[in-house]
Amino acid sequence: MQRIEGHDSHQHAAAADHGSYVDYLVGFVLSVILTVIPFWMVMSKSFSRQGTMIGIAVFAVAQVIVQLKYFLHLDFTKEGKINTLAFLFTALIIVMLVGLSIWIITTADALMMR
Amino acid sequence: MSNLAEQTLDAHVEQEHGHEHHHDTDSQDILGFWLYLMTDCILFATAFAGYAVLYRNIATGPAGFEIFDLKYVAIETAALLLSSITYGFAMISGRRGNKSAVLGWLAVTFLFGATFIGMEVNEFHHLISEGHGPNVSAFLSAFFGLVGLHGLHVTAGLIWMAVLMFEVAKRGLSKQSVLRLSLLSLFWHFLDVVWICVFTVVYLKGVA
Repeated sequence: MQRIEGHDSHQHAAAADHGSYVDYLVGFVLSVILTVIPFWMVMSKSFSRQGTMIGIAVFAVAQVIVQLKYFLHLDFTKEGKINTLAFLFTALIIVMLVGLSIWIITTADALMMR
Repeated sequence: MSNLAEQTLDAHVEQEHGHEHHHDTDSQDILGFWLYLMTDCILFATAFAGYAVLYRNIATGPAGFEIFDLKYVAIETAALLLSSITYGFAMISGRRGNKSAVLGWLAVTFLFGATFIGMEVNEFHHLISEGHGPNVSAFLSAFFGLVGLHGLHVTAGLIWMAVLMFEVAKRGLSKQSVLRLSLLSLFWHFLDVVWICVFTVVYLKGVA
């Protein structure tokens, strides 16, 4: 037990798995805010459709970043860097995978409808 | 006197060294699991890509806004988000070696996770019994595929959590079980991140 305690206070932390109560609480409160606003935007219908779309996309990206930082503890410290870089590379692949799929299929769709 | 000081220093260095080593293997395990999660990300990305290109093709079935209930989804989202923070508390208790707190927080997390899955199964059952099953249109196939894929992951996480609770209850908090807890924490928080994309792309975008 003593050992585990020391493990926590030690700064040489294994990346992506450490956090304090404050970290989790800050992450939680930010996540709640970033969830409530887009739900409210859609449910209240007080914005144009395009404005709502942009809004919910921005809040989703913001919340993903918040959770990556406060729950998954991604950072750019010496120990955490490799996990963060692996994630950024994956994000690039995902953007290409999803973006190009949509581009190809919608273009094909438009050509066939012609 | 100086000899004693030297000995203590040596012991300290020794300990430090052992500590270092233990950390290195731990962070290797964590990196390995993280890389698996990244491949899982890509699996989800393909499901999202499928949904994105198919969601307009509703054939004779309903469109998203006709079948989605945002209040219901908001409660599901709350359950999953609460389970994320309670898992965080279990993790902190685990590092402090507090066994009963770990078991308590894991039980709370499990209940929130089970609530989420229960609500999702209920939603699916409701849709299918209304005649909006996955065989009706490309949109519904993609919807059931994407949301169901996430649901299966959460179910797997719940099974893993039950096994870990059993292990911790039986054998106490060993270094190994704390490492296992931190791997499940990555999996669990990762599923919450995926859910953000699901409720935004599927539910909010579907109704907006």
